[in-house]
Amino acid sequence: MSDIQDYSSRVSDPNSRKYGTFSYLPPMNEEQIRKQVQYIVDQGWNPAIEHTEPEFASSHYWYMWKLPMFGETDVDRILAEIALCKKANPGHHVRLIGYDNYKQTQGANMVVYVAPIEEKKLDMIELAAIVKGFGH
Amino acid sequence: MAEKTYQAGVKEYRDTYWEPNYTPKESDILACFKITPQPGVPREEAAAAVAAESSTGTWTTVWTDLLTDLEYYKGRAYAIEDVPGDDEAFYAFIAYPMGLFEEGSIVNMFTSIVGNVFGFKAVRALRLEDVRFPLWFVTTCPGPPHGIQVERDKMDKYGRPLLGCTIKPKLGLSAKNYGRAVYECLRGGLDFTKDDENVNSQPFMRWRDRFLFCQEAIEKAEAETGERKGHYLNVTASTVEEMFKRAEFAKEIGTPIIMSDYLTLGWAAHQSLSRWCRDNGLLLHVHRAMHGVIDRNPRHGINFRVLAKMLRAMGGDHLHSGTVVGKLEGDREATLGWIDLMRDKYVKEDRGRGIFFDQDWGQMPGVMPVASGGIHVWHMPALVSIFGDDSVLQFGGGTLGHPWGNAAGAAANRVALEACVQARNEGRELEKEGKEILTKAAEHSPELKMAMETWKEIKFEFDTVDKLDVSHK
Repeated sequence: MSDIQDYSSRVSDPNSRKYGTFSYLPPMNEEQIRKQVQYIVDQGWNPAIEHTEPEFASSHYWYMWKLPMFGETDVDRILAEIALCKKANPGHHVRLIGYDNYKQTQGANMVVYVAPIEEKKLDMIELAAIVKGFGH
Repeated sequence: MAEKTYQAGVKEYRDTYWEPNYTPKESDILACFKITPQPGVPREEAAAAVAAESSTGTWTTVWTDLLTDLEYYKGRAYAIEDVPGDDEAFYAFIAYPMGLFEEGSIVNMFTSIVGNVFGFKAVRALRLEDVRFPLWFVTTCPGPPHGIQVERDKMDKYGRPLLGCTIKPKLGLSAKNYGRAVYECLRGGLDFTKDDENVNSQPFMRWRDRFLFCQEAIEKAEAETGERKGHYLNVTASTVEEMFKRAEFAKEIGTPIIMSDYLTLGWAAHQSLSRWCRDNGLLLHVHRAMHGVIDRNPRHGINFRVLAKMLRAMGGDHLHSGTVVGKLEGDREATLGWIDLMRDKYVKEDRGRGIFFDQDWGQMPGVMPVASGGIHVWHMPALVSIFGDDSVLQFGGGTLGHPWGNAAGAAANRVALEACVQARNEGRELEKEGKEILTKAAEHSPELKMAMETWKEIKFEFDTVDKLDVSHK
């Protein structure tokens, strides 16, 4: 049994939360983010940036950073907007979206910055509120 | 018409039903059959016989034929082609007029075109290879309850294939232990887990207990990961009333997706369930158990591409499509053909993929193909490359068989998937560089590293039985 590794994910630990595509990989460095931005541009998708307080990350709607950058194909300008959003919203997660208006969906959606979260002790009432399924 | 007179007796089919100069109309339903005739029966006669028996014809002339416009109602064999690599069988193309079929009824259409004709003595074997649904018919069918885009929005998952797992052992677990297996998979990073096709409501695990334990597993995994999760609760039952009772309960407890076995359940029941899913906001996962009986014999039955088109028309949000690379049957090009037919708005004729007709789906949403069966992390690069983002990749043994358990197995698959998507977006060739991509990703994931060590030797190299017809000469 000693060879078996425990899977350390906890409801009580906000750092166990995931954020969709690429959140199981190590955070991307600048070069890697650049390549993903390039991919979005190459697909002809419209880049967009969103951000949120970590505690509301599971909501469908994060705050939009300005409007989607319709028709923007300059990778550097898109990267600069990500940096601006991050700077203006300290402590927020930031994600990058590629809107595919032909398929009417998001062709890409990835968190490009995860804000550090302090592990805080939750009381039983807070925990129960998170796990709404308890008590069937 | 009035000059026609009644003459009793048996006529050659080709006199009436073989029309090589006929140009199919936009509104016609077209079918391509592979016919293996009885020895001595000419091709035109066999093709005309199939056209007749699948439309208006019967074995002898009857006087009431003259009370209608048979010229309009008859099916017409309009072309014959060789089957590459087969000297005996041939393809026959048949056009059916729109008035032959009830609007929006797959049941009615297929009762005609794959009905009595399949037992007809003049042909030794008969296979329906493809059909063309005219746009008028497509628009009278309900189609998927939600479709791919709506599913992505509801589940909040973008830019990658979805990940699933069928819970095993498929039979014999108690509801609580079953829910445990679900919870472990979902907290480890899967989007979905799944009831197996034959999990209904057996004595070892009644449906209601399973639904409740699985729902608790979903909700706790959602709270833990912050991601949306689902478990395909199979509502297939022995009666339609029982099926709807289970579906209503699934809705009541707030589960996002249910499931049906559309071939064993029956098409009418399935189509009713699909409509109910749209009305009630539940996604519908569709399993194809029994399809092998119908689609595997290369000379007889119905090709799976037709079963897939029927399902899209009747409605379903997911459909099992084969994996190409796993333990179950599936020719690569043929599979690529039918996953196009499930997802795309317009599919062009492409004989290289076994597609005999252009198919216009109008605005009907697409179905997610589900790749499931005998696949594991080493298959991930090929799967992402073959299926693209709009698919569900399901690893049963490839999740549950991980030496550290389901959560680790799930995490291994999720890491492998995301590494492949990242690499693809960076312009790398997955099927060439797969090993390198996975090995690199495993540096940060002990779960993936362990999975790669566990499964590296497994291969499935049996030859496909139902191959596309290609010349052997």
